[in-house]
Amino acid sequence: MILRVVIALVAGAVFGVGLTLSGMVDPMRVRGFLDLFGGAWDPTLAFVMAGALLPMACAWLVQRRLKAPLAAPAFSLPETRAIDGRLLGGAVLFGIGWGIAGICPGPALADLALRPMPTVLFVGAMLLGFGLHALTNRER
Amino acid sequence: MAWETARPLAGFGGGLLIGLAGAIMLLGLGRIAGVSGLAARALGFTASGAPRWIAVAFVAGLPIGAAILSGLRGDVLVRMPGSAALLVVAGLLVGYGTRLGGGCTSGHGVCGLSRLSRRSLIATVVFMSAGIATVALMRIAGVGG
Repeated sequence: MILRVVIALVAGAVFGVGLTLSGMVDPMRVRGFLDLFGGAWDPTLAFVMAGALLPMACAWLVQRRLKAPLAAPAFSLPETRAIDGRLLGGAVLFGIGWGIAGICPGPALADLALRPMPTVLFVGAMLLGFGLHALTNRER
Repeated sequence: MAWETARPLAGFGGGLLIGLAGAIMLLGLGRIAGVSGLAARALGFTASGAPRWIAVAFVAGLPIGAAILSGLRGDVLVRMPGSAALLVVAGLLVGYGTRLGGGCTSGHGVCGLSRLSRRSLIATVVFMSAGIATVALMRIAGVGG
């Protein structure tokens, strides 16, 4: 268990370094990417996506050949669920929030270290959103 | 286009690290590196998903990694929206929406897309479109981000 916790901590830290290096931690840069019609579109996030998809696509190819992960008894991956109102409605609400502030969950948590204020306002509200969802939706 | 302010190399390099972190979670622990799900699990908002301490460790790693790089490289550019009210509204929408939709930029956008999941592709197209529309509407209404 300790090994698995260390692996998760390392993965989280590598993720945090990547978010910081890439510029994802800068909300104005993210909004610059979403601002298609402002006349000064910032393409940086397209490169972030391309960079992130490359190792992940390789990892999925390797995953198919493995019976179990290297440090855990079994893979526990999301079963493919139907495309339903929850998926679409959730994505719309998330996208609106992402557009308003230029912050999604990963960068929000990384920004806690870089700009505690005012990031705590966003993260506090995000946790409230998690809680509202938990209260109003029964666990599947 | 704003190529003079864009940082394609740093973006691509940072992206590679994000993908590497996802690969470590997948091949090492058999889990999806989805931040919204792991954060909700770490704080006990859901009983399903990764073992609690794995979720806590991953989520704690995010600010630790950010602190390490900013310590090495000096000041990191972080331009937050000026309005506290907008930050709170956005945070609520992001928190509720990612849980309802079953993922965010990392879970659907990186892990799901690279798995060629139709569900994640649709979610990613929808939240990107909603984000683009929101920024455009705020520009028209003259509301600052």
